[in-house]
Amino acid sequence: MQTSNKTVWVLGFVLWTLIAAAAEKPVVPPAETDPNKNPYDSGIKPTPVCEIDRMVFARLEKLGIQPANICSDAVFVRRAFLDVIGTLPTAKEAKEFIKDTNPKKREELIDELLKREEFIDYWTMKWCDILRVKAEFPINLWPNAVQAYHRWIRTAIRDNMPYDKFVRELLTANGSNFRVGPVNFYRAVQSKEPNGLAQAVALTFMGERAEKWPQERLDGMAGFFSQLSYKSTREWKEEIVFFDSTRTNKDGVVATKAVFPDCKEFKFSPDRDPRLVFADWLVSSDNKWFARNIVNRMWSWLLGRGIIHEPDDIRSDNLPVNPELLAYLEKELVASKWDLKHIFRLILKSRTYQLSSVSGPRNQEAEANFARYPLRRLEAEILIDALNQITGTTEKYTSAIPEPFTFIPEDQRSVELPDGSITSSFLEQFGRPSRDTGLESERNNKVTADQRLHMLNSSHIQRKLEQGPKMVYLLKKASSPREVVGGLYLMILSRLPTEQEARAVVNYTESSGVKGRDVAIDLAWALINSPEFLYRH
Amino acid sequence: MKSNPITQEIWNNGNLHVTRREAIRRTLLGTAGLMLADRVVPFAKAAPRTPTAKSVIQIWMWGGPCHLDTFDPKPEAGNDYCGPLAKTLETNVKGIRIGEMLPELAKQADKYTILRGMTHGINGHETAAYEVQTGRKPGDGQVYPAVGAVVSLFKGYEAGYKGLLPPYIVLTELQGRFSEAGFLGSRAKPFATGGDPAKNPFVVEGVVAKGITEKRQKDRRELLQNLDTMGQIMKDDPRLKDNEKCEQAAYDLILGDAGKVFDLSQEKETVRNQYGLNTFGQSCLLARRLVERGVPYVTINYKGWDTHKAHFQTMRKNLPVLDKGFASLLQDLSDRGLLASTIVWWGGEFGRTPKIQWEAPWNGGRNHYGKAFCHVVAGGGFKGGQVVGATTANGEEVKDRPIYPPDLIGSFYQLLGIDPNAKLPHPQGQDVRVMSANNADGKERRGGLLTEIM
Repeated sequence: MQTSNKTVWVLGFVLWTLIAAAAEKPVVPPAETDPNKNPYDSGIKPTPVCEIDRMVFARLEKLGIQPANICSDAVFVRRAFLDVIGTLPTAKEAKEFIKDTNPKKREELIDELLKREEFIDYWTMKWCDILRVKAEFPINLWPNAVQAYHRWIRTAIRDNMPYDKFVRELLTANGSNFRVGPVNFYRAVQSKEPNGLAQAVALTFMGERAEKWPQERLDGMAGFFSQLSYKSTREWKEEIVFFDSTRTNKDGVVATKAVFPDCKEFKFSPDRDPRLVFADWLVSSDNKWFARNIVNRMWSWLLGRGIIHEPDDIRSDNLPVNPELLAYLEKELVASKWDLKHIFRLILKSRTYQLSSVSGPRNQEAEANFARYPLRRLEAEILIDALNQITGTTEKYTSAIPEPFTFIPEDQRSVELPDGSITSSFLEQFGRPSRDTGLESERNNKVTADQRLHMLNSSHIQRKLEQGPKMVYLLKKASSPREVVGGLYLMILSRLPTEQEARAVVNYTESSGVKGRDVAIDLAWALINSPEFLYRH
Repeated sequence: MKSNPITQEIWNNGNLHVTRREAIRRTLLGTAGLMLADRVVPFAKAAPRTPTAKSVIQIWMWGGPCHLDTFDPKPEAGNDYCGPLAKTLETNVKGIRIGEMLPELAKQADKYTILRGMTHGINGHETAAYEVQTGRKPGDGQVYPAVGAVVSLFKGYEAGYKGLLPPYIVLTELQGRFSEAGFLGSRAKPFATGGDPAKNPFVVEGVVAKGITEKRQKDRRELLQNLDTMGQIMKDDPRLKDNEKCEQAAYDLILGDAGKVFDLSQEKETVRNQYGLNTFGQSCLLARRLVERGVPYVTINYKGWDTHKAHFQTMRKNLPVLDKGFASLLQDLSDRGLLASTIVWWGGEFGRTPKIQWEAPWNGGRNHYGKAFCHVVAGGGFKGGQVVGATTANGEEVKDRPIYPPDLIGSFYQLLGIDPNAKLPHPQGQDVRVMSANNADGKERRGGLLTEIM
């Protein structure tokens, strides 16, 4: 029985390899790459199709750097799904995209992804990192307020709220932390003193680290937040955030003026909340910080690195690598009436975004100038969601403190967790940000030995592979080993195997003595442990 | 399997030659931490005395055991305080008496010191756990690292530790909400074993996989390498090289000798029995094995001490387990000559209300109590057979020699040769020291280092 099983496997492979090789001929025959050895690179040199490309490639040419080739369709579909909606394409989605002969398919995919529900979840998570959505120490929003804050952010992203409006509401809201989501911006800080609030505002919306400013400048800006007060109500952990023109500072004095970061002074009048005045100043199209901060961040989210880097450490002595590019994106954002999806589209439809990770020069300068798409390890939440999608499994998230206990429904994806303090050793191990400071660098996507241990050999991952209903289903439904292998490759790596890979699997069945479904489990194990799976590429 | 030798390599930044061991050391830390570390050396210079301690075993009594039931009994206080545990035991040190449920520990009193003056006044689990393990008051905008994270930083890879085992190991589960690493981040996160050392096999998460033979492990590894098409094309990518080094370090534990430390079947049956064939007992045995191999910091995260209800029933069940495991650990460390260089630290985030809550719904329970509690320390340069501090007649107040968390932690650092004034690598480059300056803002109370027993 076992021998005949094995024979079927081997025969299936050989047959399938031949078919696969014939079916997978790319539309444009590559000049210098063999898709059977390199499934990542189309072999096509990029030509500019938009302003972004012209600016990026001009800069590269000036530096004498040859950009990488355009990535293959298989790479593109995976990259776009992960980058735009934080979700792995299903086997079907990947296969259909690869097979599609429409020359506009890449642009169309971007448009479709921007409309997906997962887009909202993924970017809500990103904003919750920056806006520090966390119930517990040291942010201490508490669960009800986390829900309100998260819901407000999610709705804003769902409705593609113009960015100027989004920020204005966060900066000027008054009311209960349970009912008015955005007031929690001023509660999600470690220091509620005016200086602490000014630092949070400068970091979040100007991309500057105000603790590096001269004290005078920080104090000046802090004035705008000096008349913000908090009071509790009779409901447990409810807090009202409001404008209080009589609030005194720690020396018992009521502030009378504030100074904008560009040095203009503003004198208070008792009937006008100085936060409104500050918001007017900040969200104006003339403000040199406002648009720059957000377009630079968005660029870094999609291309792994800011035009000014780190994206939240903008300083006069930290120059953009490509000032024209930054200025162009700023102009586009203002002209689109602060439509962030417009900026997403511009970047995602450029050839710059389509560059391969495998070709092109690998030095720091080339990377800093976007000559190729950089490898980035999947974020913790994205990684576990991808593993769950592949295997058809779920995670259990609960929170025992503070009472009452929180139970997250099991079918909810990790990317949808509203509260950064939900305990999860996996998410912590893989670098989920603590949401203590709102710094981009809080999210740690570096690989560590204990992460490798977990992926290679933990019961958590092993159980998913062995018992995951989707794995079981694939093994039961597949009519041939070919289908199993092809299915696993599409599910996990969003592509079909190369001839060489197919041969390696055949060899494995022959040399290891592993049989039947264990072969499929070992193959799935190997694929989820390959850098190709673990990294965006 | 012999691991593939990674020969000397050039890192992309600064042509630094890195050996394989160095590479493993770095990958265990994560490369982000490394760059920081390189800027913050030198560490641990100017220690005020010759360090006597090399390792720490922390028995973390999660939930907070009651001092009256353990190491600070008050038999005179009456039934409302003692409940059914009203007797005490003479120890092997004249004049020191401990609770009736700890007969084995009574025979080891010459090895440890009871700190009866512990206090901080906090009654919330998280804040108290944070303060006891970081020595810091919350609220100044920093999330400080716990003792284990600091020790693993100053005694770990960045200070010349060469072991293949992670320098900071938690048996068996992380403390969850209480983030052990604080702002040090992933570089100082402990490795949690998961699994249960009392079970066979002890499935150490990531190291030992149930049902996967060694042969299949090796075959799988080969399959992974053969299928790594991207890695083969991008051989020179620094990120993939990092990944490869981490994988190598992981396989040193999975297939190499280093992982064998977790195989408790290598110990004699009698030894295993002596420690107690339960999770805590076998964790103590494992802690000894880890320290023997040079691991600088081991935490036994011992849960089940938050006894609001059914308090005395739980004590009757838990205290004998504690007694056997803890006492065997002290005896064994001492027999092997390890106690002199190993600090053993026993205690929880607070104590429990000395006055028993007889009323419903507690029906004879004890609540959280941060005002007065006790810890126990042994080894590593601490004298044994002593008591430091004292509580009032019914254990409700510290009446003599208060000991605050920074006093205790500062004493550990002194025995370990960690400079309290050394800078910690801070992600935003802020100037943060190992210990806060004494009474810097008047908020922090101190009773002084444990000079009585050092």
